[in-house]
Amino acid sequence: MSTATHPAINATGRFGAYGGRYVPETLMAALQELELAYDQAQADPAFHAELDSLLRDYVGRPTPLYFASRLTEQLGGAKIYLKREDLLHTGAHKINNCIGQGLLAKRMGKKRIIAETGAGQHGVATATVCALFGFECVVYMGEEDMRRQELNVYRMRLLGAEVHGVSSGSRTLKDAINEAMRDWVTNVRTTHYLLGSVLGAHPYPMMVRDFHRVISKEARAQILEKEGRLPDTVIACVGGGSNAIGAFYEFIQDKDVRLIGVEAGGRGAVLGEHAARFQGGSPGVLQGTFSYVLQDDAGQIALTHSVSAGLDYASIGPEHAMLHDSGRATYTSATDDEALKATVTLARTEGILPALESAHAVAECIKLAPTLSRHDILIINISGRGDKDMGILSRELNLKGA
Amino acid sequence: MPIRFQSKPGLVAYFTAGDPDLPTTREIALAAIDAGADVLELGVPFSDPLADGPVIQRASERAVKGGTTLSDVLALAADLRRERPDAGLVIFSYFNPVLRFGLDRFCAAAKEAGVDGVLITDMIVEEADDYLVHLHRYQLAPIFLAAPTSPDDRLQRIAQASQGFVYAISRTGITGTQQKLASDAEQLVQRLRKFTDLPIAVGFGVSNAEHFAAVGEFADAAVIGSAIVSLIEQSTREEAPSSIARFIKGLRQPVALAR
Repeated sequence: MSTATHPAINATGRFGAYGGRYVPETLMAALQELELAYDQAQADPAFHAELDSLLRDYVGRPTPLYFASRLTEQLGGAKIYLKREDLLHTGAHKINNCIGQGLLAKRMGKKRIIAETGAGQHGVATATVCALFGFECVVYMGEEDMRRQELNVYRMRLLGAEVHGVSSGSRTLKDAINEAMRDWVTNVRTTHYLLGSVLGAHPYPMMVRDFHRVISKEARAQILEKEGRLPDTVIACVGGGSNAIGAFYEFIQDKDVRLIGVEAGGRGAVLGEHAARFQGGSPGVLQGTFSYVLQDDAGQIALTHSVSAGLDYASIGPEHAMLHDSGRATYTSATDDEALKATVTLARTEGILPALESAHAVAECIKLAPTLSRHDILIINISGRGDKDMGILSRELNLKGA
Repeated sequence: MPIRFQSKPGLVAYFTAGDPDLPTTREIALAAIDAGADVLELGVPFSDPLADGPVIQRASERAVKGGTTLSDVLALAADLRRERPDAGLVIFSYFNPVLRFGLDRFCAAAKEAGVDGVLITDMIVEEADDYLVHLHRYQLAPIFLAAPTSPDDRLQRIAQASQGFVYAISRTGITGTQQKLASDAEQLVQRLRKFTDLPIAVGFGVSNAEHFAAVGEFADAAVIGSAIVSLIEQSTREEAPSSIARFIKGLRQPVALAR
């Protein structure tokens, strides 16, 4: 089933050379159970009916595709559209996947959910879905991320989730995933791991992508309706890569649509100062999957930095690795400063405050749009809203001079 | 050198190479062999040991910080092989350091060093085709993990792909000591036994003489890991080899079994 309906992936979960399953044996039965449950759900109209109804009435889909006229005018090049995933319930695209996996957990009879979170958006979305379905919820979050995304920690707790701080490594997303996997390997019989990006072992990268495909499905229909043609360029930020693959997927077959993923350039090109896997990384295995990884010569995983917790991760989804190698998508990066400036630009031209993650995509647009013609059409996926980032923004920006 | 368990139950001793430093690991390894360990698992430190509990995580962090690499662990293995020709030597690693080193180059170097077997924590049989080709080329024994959650069809593949011994994980979970040995273990060994005549070693949470004797009732060998690593953590560099030797000898002291 999975091989027939997902042509880009083979039976062992490979996207070209990338992906696969590199996990402790203890988790294999759970991964196979999940794969089976997912395939059965995919073939079940009742699952899709329930998913679609929740996406519409609870999550708030479809999201608008908004023509950003003032930003377009200011940059003086391509026509810029914003796909408004920031308007979804809980404030980011992450909820698309959480609703889908929540329904799967229900089908599998698992009542305890664990998750990792970086920026806290996936944690909040998971806590929300657990409240909605009556599941017990435990979220692992690096202590550094808890500090910089404090508001989301409080939101998760308010929703009834237990938030466990992780103090190992760089105390960010990677370390939270390690700890979530340790919980899962221990409680695997009763617990579903609601992984929040297109990472980890098969079937996660495929399944999480499928739950986010709705982004490009809607955007494609919306731009055809508004402009009567496909866009020239689609831009999205890439941490693990869930919003980007969701924004790209339905355009992959449209060869003339340029797909651009934007990684976190952090403070600069030195290893440890950024999270640009395609600029400093090499193929390796981290946390269940084979993809590009920031690592040293001995195969130790490097520390990473980004002002945005959601992009601060040493590896990238395996499907992006395939799209990178084939040249179908290109990957650039934006620095912390560029993302911060882009946040202010979008706030002041359109009255839309993007998440710092999404601001990386806006930063690429600010560089690219002026070089394009007024007939070009560009879509930016605004994957989340910036309310969570107020603390960082107030510390990092001198607003008088911004 | 084929992996052999000289006494029943056999004893597999794990420690993280480079914790607290490589010269101390060497002395600990020699002391462990002399005290009766049949097989040593030389743990390659990794930045992200997601199958390990806090004790081995800390050891791994110390060893990574000290700069211990896979090359160092292979050099240590060669040294131990020269000193103790009969001991079983297994390289125990997460996959990424091996992949980064190069699979073929690693297998050649391991063979050259006199290593007997390789265990990769995050390598499952489905992903192992290429890995097995290389291990077989250099006559290294692939050792796979079997878990209480593995259904019989997986146990059969694991047993068929393994050489030297099969490592049965006593319970779902990460590495670490525990008060009581899980009841999952005996059942898993019985299920595995249908598929293989290889020795079966039980690990995860085997931490004292009582557990060791209990495992000996139904399995061929026991793997002691976190208990040893924890003892190293609590000892000074000078004391560590003798504490480990004492601990290992103590495992074989007769105990009254509570079963």
